[in-house]
Amino acid sequence: MSIDYQQTPVLKASGLVKRYGSVTAIDNADFELYPGEILAVIGDNGAGKSSLIKALSGALVPDEGEVWLDGQKVVLNTPMEARELGIETVYQNLAVSPALNIADNLYLGREIRKPGFLGKYLRMLDKKAMEHNAKAKMTELGLLTIQNMSQAVESLSGGQRQGVAVARSALFGSKVVIMDEPTAALGVKESRRVLNLIKEVRDRGLPIVLISHNMPHVFEVADRIHIHRLGKCAGIVTPQSHSMSDAVAIMTGAMEIEAA
Amino acid sequence: MSSVKPNTSTPVLEHDQVADNTAGYVANFSVKESPILRLKKLLHTYPIAAPSIVLLLAIFGFSLLIGNRFLHPFNLSLILQQVTIIGVIGVAQTLIILTAGIDLSVGAIMVLCSVVMGRMAIDLGLEAWLALALGISVGALAGFINGLLITRLKIPPFIATLGSWNVFFAINLWYSKSETIRSQDISSIAPLLQWTGETINFFGARLTYGSLLMLGLFFLIWYALNWTSWGRHVYATGDDPDAARLAGIQTNRILMSVYVLAGIVCAVGAWVLIGRIGSISPQAGYTANLDSITAVVIGGCSLFGGRGSIYGTLIGALVVGVFRNGLALAGVDVLWQEFTVGILIILAVGVDQWIRRGTA
Repeated sequence: MSIDYQQTPVLKASGLVKRYGSVTAIDNADFELYPGEILAVIGDNGAGKSSLIKALSGALVPDEGEVWLDGQKVVLNTPMEARELGIETVYQNLAVSPALNIADNLYLGREIRKPGFLGKYLRMLDKKAMEHNAKAKMTELGLLTIQNMSQAVESLSGGQRQGVAVARSALFGSKVVIMDEPTAALGVKESRRVLNLIKEVRDRGLPIVLISHNMPHVFEVADRIHIHRLGKCAGIVTPQSHSMSDAVAIMTGAMEIEAA
Repeated sequence: MSSVKPNTSTPVLEHDQVADNTAGYVANFSVKESPILRLKKLLHTYPIAAPSIVLLLAIFGFSLLIGNRFLHPFNLSLILQQVTIIGVIGVAQTLIILTAGIDLSVGAIMVLCSVVMGRMAIDLGLEAWLALALGISVGALAGFINGLLITRLKIPPFIATLGSWNVFFAINLWYSKSETIRSQDISSIAPLLQWTGETINFFGARLTYGSLLMLGLFFLIWYALNWTSWGRHVYATGDDPDAARLAGIQTNRILMSVYVLAGIVCAVGAWVLIGRIGSISPQAGYTANLDSITAVVIGGCSLFGGRGSIYGTLIGALVVGVFRNGLALAGVDVLWQEFTVGILIILAVGVDQWIRRGTA
């Protein structure tokens, strides 16, 4: 898989700053995501990676700096605005509503209504269409084990729930999918499934920002690795150019690298 | 790239790929499906099953015990009349409990609205339909105030509505001057207000328009909850507000709409109340708030929000109605009717907890 790093980044941020009182969570940070890649973001606890990701997903408005989507300058004030622009985020714990079923969860907040009178005036949901599309998407992503779309999400395993959340982002994300620790709460086998799912989404053309603590997972799926340290980018490496211990060394400041 | 030595070996780790070759499960529990466990699963999948079974058993039991007097269409329609007010208020309460809230002020809103309707029509001489509309607006306003307290001031629903209950009730006493509006006055000046009490004969059953209004209301809210985006959002908000917010739902707006709608439903309840008792008393319907919670809980709605169905509440109200009616016909003291309802509530919540344990 070769990625052309000469083209315009899908998502780019420059000079981001966010301060909380005397604490500077994002300190003049830069960020670039290219089409068709999986970019992992790693960093020690408190390095400011979640603040960076929040700034990119609209959950946090930076004090300074600019965000560019497809070469266009954008301002992301809320997660809804980011989502409308095609940036989907998969959250670690708060991914889905357990009592609702799979189809409802996939379409939560973006339901399809029936055509004609029923949908327009009675605002009737088109449950059949939603279930049909949900099933098609799940099958496409290889989540064949889940067959019944009217099954409550709470009856699924952790990995399957994460699968539902990933499917939702792939269904609606038109530009970028951001995944915050998608494998953190999962077992070995479930993690594998989710990692394969992430690659599947990437191979379908959606670039992915992957935040993870799990070095083996990062080194397995990432095309490039953005190492965050002290509120800014400490360097960008690839799984081919550096080893895991190098990455950890850069992350903790034991090794220095010219900023990319 | 300066001081870092390149690592040429392939970084793809194989250590957890071996997991692919294992069987398709992490652990296997060989549990024999006992009948109890199967019942538990059934009740978990269909929360409506438990109250339905109780209702059928109660009807069956009382018909054996009392016989035709209980099963007569007239008596059955009487039960329906007796549960109409609780049913309507139960609709409002279900909406709120689905969002993991609780509304202690529903009874007070209903009484306040009935007084407003009566005084507008009788004392001010407004057209009956206008008085009705004003009463419904007061219900909406009361719900709006509850919604503001809960979404803007972040007061827990229990406390917010405990406070507004007292406030609304006091306003009701002040506005009505603690006087009852007589039934004759209403029927001569504004008979529309008593329309909900009129009956139609249906094979010996005497159905009131109020009961039909209640059934219509159940159908309407059932549709809204199950077939519109709004309904899905109400469930999602009650289930997990944070997840709902991240999915792009404006949970405060949903909560607000639920409290306002509940207020409107309570005002419809006020109309039904006037039809049922004929007169308008500032002391009527005093127990409606707790009775409505009883119906919702027996109907299988979870007090933690997001789980339950609107028709469960109808069944819950009917269960209470059947027990009260049956025990009364059997000549049992009112005291023991209360006792039975109390036991039913505890059983309903107990069964709910039991179902939830270990089947998720």
